[in-house]
Amino acid sequence: MFKVISKNLLLMIPTLLGIVIISFSFIRVIPGDPVIALSGERAMTPERYDELMHEFGLDLPLHEQFFSYLGDVVSGDFGKSIATRRPVVEEFFTLFPATVELSLCALFLAIVIGIPVGMVSALKKGKLVDNLLMGVSLIGYSMPIFWWGLLMIVFFSGYLGWLPVSGRISTQFFIEAKTGFLLIDSLLSGEEGAFLSTIRHLTLPGIVLSTIPLVVIARQTRSAMVEILDEDYIRTAYAKGLSKFRVVGIHALRNALIIVITVIGLQIGILLAGAILTESIFSWPGIGKWMVDSIYRRDYPAVQGGLLFISLIVMTINFIVDFTYALINPKLRK
Amino acid sequence: MRKLFLGALLIMASSSVFAAKNFVYCSEASPEGFYPALFTSGTTFDAAGRTIYNRLVEFKNGTTEVQPGLAESWSVSNGGKTYTFKLRKGVKFHSNKSFTPTRDFNADDVLFTFNRMWDKEHPYHRVSGGTYEYFKGMSMHSLLKSITKKGDYTVIFNLNSVEAPFVANLAMEFASIASAEYADSLMKSGNKEKIDREPIGTGPFYLVQYQKDSTIRYKAFDSYWKGRAKIDNLIFAITPNASVRLQKVKAGECHVMPFPNPSDIENIKKDKRINLLSQQGLNVGYLAYNTEKKPFDNPKVRKALNMAIDKAAIIKAVYQGAGVAAKNPIPPTIWSYNDSIVDDPYDPVAAKKMLIKEGVTDLETNIWAMPVQRPYNPNARRIGELIQQDWKKVGVDAKIVSFEWGEYLKKAKSGEHDTVQLGWTGDNGDPDNFLAVLLGCDAAKNGSNYARWCNEDFEALIQKAKKTTSIKERTKLYEQAQVIFKKEAPWFTIAHSVVFLPVRKEVTGVKISPLGTHDFYGADFK
Repeated sequence: MFKVISKNLLLMIPTLLGIVIISFSFIRVIPGDPVIALSGERAMTPERYDELMHEFGLDLPLHEQFFSYLGDVVSGDFGKSIATRRPVVEEFFTLFPATVELSLCALFLAIVIGIPVGMVSALKKGKLVDNLLMGVSLIGYSMPIFWWGLLMIVFFSGYLGWLPVSGRISTQFFIEAKTGFLLIDSLLSGEEGAFLSTIRHLTLPGIVLSTIPLVVIARQTRSAMVEILDEDYIRTAYAKGLSKFRVVGIHALRNALIIVITVIGLQIGILLAGAILTESIFSWPGIGKWMVDSIYRRDYPAVQGGLLFISLIVMTINFIVDFTYALINPKLRK
Repeated sequence: MRKLFLGALLIMASSSVFAAKNFVYCSEASPEGFYPALFTSGTTFDAAGRTIYNRLVEFKNGTTEVQPGLAESWSVSNGGKTYTFKLRKGVKFHSNKSFTPTRDFNADDVLFTFNRMWDKEHPYHRVSGGTYEYFKGMSMHSLLKSITKKGDYTVIFNLNSVEAPFVANLAMEFASIASAEYADSLMKSGNKEKIDREPIGTGPFYLVQYQKDSTIRYKAFDSYWKGRAKIDNLIFAITPNASVRLQKVKAGECHVMPFPNPSDIENIKKDKRINLLSQQGLNVGYLAYNTEKKPFDNPKVRKALNMAIDKAAIIKAVYQGAGVAAKNPIPPTIWSYNDSIVDDPYDPVAAKKMLIKEGVTDLETNIWAMPVQRPYNPNARRIGELIQQDWKKVGVDAKIVSFEWGEYLKKAKSGEHDTVQLGWTGDNGDPDNFLAVLLGCDAAKNGSNYARWCNEDFEALIQKAKKTTSIKERTKLYEQAQVIFKKEAPWFTIAHSVVFLPVRKEVTGVKISPLGTHDFYGADFK
């Protein structure tokens, strides 16, 4: 077990180095540079352009820029955003809780709905319920998030008026950011209605972001369950006289979960990618929107830092998933 | 029971009387920061310049007219090279957790504000990575000779040369006045960067909280020198998607939104809950000919090509009611607009004849189409296609070319294009801000004169106008300059956009500004 953990941890070092190299070079391969993006139609003089390039350290040869950046990163300095002149770490971690809150809510919905749907589908394999559930899930999987999100806003907020259009909480509440997680902060604030407002604001983006992971989890649960329900030990369990609930809920589901948990782990990356669109539609102040803005502005330090943090987070989660997987499956502990 | 009922009624009445007036503006993006001199985006100007700060002179809300701000009056002497500002007395600064002002606004604050931008050795010059793009962009660093104070309430600006738009420049957001006393106190506590993050100004609102990409909260400043704002709380709900902004206005979650989608305009007009304010924008969209390249160095060829384009069709197909045809390089909202100028007629037959006469047959060229959307040019590719079709009819074969935005600007600046679509939004309502910046000889060398057109007569007129303080005389000079522009045709002028501002019906006192900024000091509810 210790070997597995240390091997995975060691593997993270070259991966992170690779990510630094890729993020550093990719943003520079895209045409344009931060100074041009900054000036727009205003067209600054060549002298001013050179002055600003020098100021941002972008006039140095590429290899010098890279090693200087790498040195800074190793010492924990991720630079300052060119657009806002604030430290990248500060910008990222101010917005990160919003993305985590939204992603966890989406993941929660995906798991809570996805697994039972997959189980029902597997138990009713080939019947109308199965076809209906899998058909609907295919539609959900195929819908572009952008269109789906706007459709939800127009229907639930515009037409029915049940849920707010966008944002994290109603503007009537003035919540001091203590943890950055508004579900917690609104509770701590003690303001009447603030927590409910947060939940209401979280609902639509949560549903939209959960759509694809939900479908993936449901379909994986179904296929894993179908396979397991055919196994000899399930037949033996029934023969022993166990109730259907025990057989399906404990014997079959526990084994199916090994596959499902791996899939859930992989969904984290998809959730973060999906958050970029969902956050843009619902004006959700998270890192997805921030990354897109930074790419448009060619804000090199912000893009590099953001990619590195996101990669680190995804890697950590995958590491935890591997660890959990080992806990569930005793064969992997050796 | 009756007493109880009366009591309940009283409580309800008092709560409605004392309910805070919250005004929500669905803004389009996050500000880059809270000190306007450091940044260039309109979003930052809305979030900081118009709310937190004041300037010596200011644009009257809804116009480009300059009026007194923190300066009560000003006079010009020394042949237009000296400006003396008499400052307003009794103007209070905001306070926050770490700072409570001990004095009113005075000349030291003006000196601090300008010296910070101008003097590279100033202790605050490098704070927040200050680059002061607008200060430099308006050539203030080379224009200023000295800034001195005479007593606490007089400031004298000495210039190196006469610059008529100088006062209008001072009304721009980069010249927002900060507190020197606050700067001193932050310097003592070693927190200089706080000056831009936790701003202290003299404006109608003070900053309470900023949650990045989410909300900005302000409260009305009780001691505001013009009188307290009628609303209590101003909230910017940051909502980048225009469709979502509209839904929020419809749902009553916001009271005002900027930049609606052109395709939503008809829908908004029909909505009984919304007033749609509109005004011609302070901008121009154009197609510039590279006058350094043949055959575009010949004004007759340029004129013929202009005559070959059906402008009305472009306005109808691309702008869909959100733009008006442009005939001059400045919009009609700017003084000195020469309305007597007649636009080039759409006459492909005559255009073809003119081209043949000038020896231009089977011309192969390019039309550069911007990869981004702007109010003055909502769809450059579509405009490019329409021009391409029109030019084909007169024997000109044009290819549409586009690059990534940064590359586009870089290549256009180095003159790689034959013809390029671009545009401009004015900063200060002064004609010089269009004519010199976009068509002056200096800008042709390394600025934003993408036609690379340098005409001696035109240049002489705009230079003379720049050095003349009388508006009447300047108007005449700019009118003549526009005549030369039309004759020489360095551009095909496309359109001036119309700016829309959806405002909920219960809101009063919100005006649409030709400068594209948003000011909520006068806002209230019916």
